[in-house]
Amino acid sequence: MVTEKYIWEQLEQISDPEIPVLSIVDLGIVRIVSISDDSCIVTITPTYSGCPAMNVIQEDIIKLLSPTVNTKVEMTLSPAWTTDWMSENGRNKLREYGIAPPEHEVDKSVLFAKPTVVPCPKCKSSHTKMISQFGSTACKAHYQCLECLEPFDYFKCLK
Amino acid sequence: MTTQEAFYSYIVRLGDDSLILGQRLSEWCGHGPVLEEDIALTNIALDLIGQTNNLYELAVSIENKGKNIDQLAFLRLEKEYENLLLVEQLNVDFGYTIVRQFFFDVYRKLVFEALCNSSDERLAGIAEKSLKETKYHLKHSSEWVIRLGDGTEESHRRVQEAVNTLWKFTDELFFQDEVDQNVIELGLGVDNSNFKVTWDSHVEHVLTEATLTIPSNSWQHAGGRKGIHTEHFGYLLSEMQYMQRAYPNMEW
Repeated sequence: MVTEKYIWEQLEQISDPEIPVLSIVDLGIVRIVSISDDSCIVTITPTYSGCPAMNVIQEDIIKLLSPTVNTKVEMTLSPAWTTDWMSENGRNKLREYGIAPPEHEVDKSVLFAKPTVVPCPKCKSSHTKMISQFGSTACKAHYQCLECLEPFDYFKCLK
Repeated sequence: MTTQEAFYSYIVRLGDDSLILGQRLSEWCGHGPVLEEDIALTNIALDLIGQTNNLYELAVSIENKGKNIDQLAFLRLEKEYENLLLVEQLNVDFGYTIVRQFFFDVYRKLVFEALCNSSDERLAGIAEKSLKETKYHLKHSSEWVIRLGDGTEESHRRVQEAVNTLWKFTDELFFQDEVDQNVIELGLGVDNSNFKVTWDSHVEHVLTEATLTIPSNSWQHAGGRKGIHTEHFGYLLSEMQYMQRAYPNMEW
């Protein structure tokens, strides 16, 4: 019989299709793994309501686990996903990949708050500026480093 | 009207608002004034359509007649959509789109804040999720209203015109009928009259900052919540529904 630990380890192999360097476990979107008799339920939560990767992730989980165990994937919205659930390992992998991991931010509803200081993932300089609040996917914003001039994605903080 | 019917209509209305605005915003795809804003508007559209997806899923499960959400989104007739008239208005230009978005975001944030305490856990879950996205949208639209209003002579003129034209659709944000009364009584939905003052003061604060004025004309347009739409709506539907009408039951 498979164990929960085994399933969690297996799930490490599934990456987010939009950020292939992160596993769905690193990203914190796998919420619960429960095992009963010979079947397994994996509960996942979306990063954003309209995240187009959810269906692919669901299919990937079924494809990976179903040869071993009867698998069902369930979706939950509550509690709502937050970037706080991203693992330290995940943050390091993001940085190495060239995406700045989420920084602690002030309340988003504050108008014209000083933009969060996001260090450049290439040269580590804090001398960067926000180009756009929105980026290449729902979970990212767009920044540029003013030292090495590299434009980069920032995985925006969601609380 | 049973509670179940009222709750169903209530959820569908919330979903219709975000579906139609999402559809409108997606028309900007490839036409944004700058690349960053092209991406921003379509990102917001994606969030809104994602919220619609969750709301319609809840609606069909409440109704329990075996409908799927594509039928709700794409196969209803014009009068069966009960979105706010504000969200179906044309994009016109970037400033106009931003003002429309701003009026909606302020309202939608207040709705979701209150719905986090809905007695229906599923709806509270959707609200909690959507609220985070809505706050970000509101920050984006508010900052642009200020930048454009307090910008050049031309940007100021254009957003002021947008405010003047769109103002007549703002009373409808606080429309209530039997559907609302039913869900408010049971704590399922929110009493939007509770936050009218907050909406007014938030909007006034940002418009003042933007050197814009609130028009004094008091005439207001309504009908969306009863399925009576403005002339733009039919054109929007014909484009949005084309695939399902031409190829019934098609799936991606």
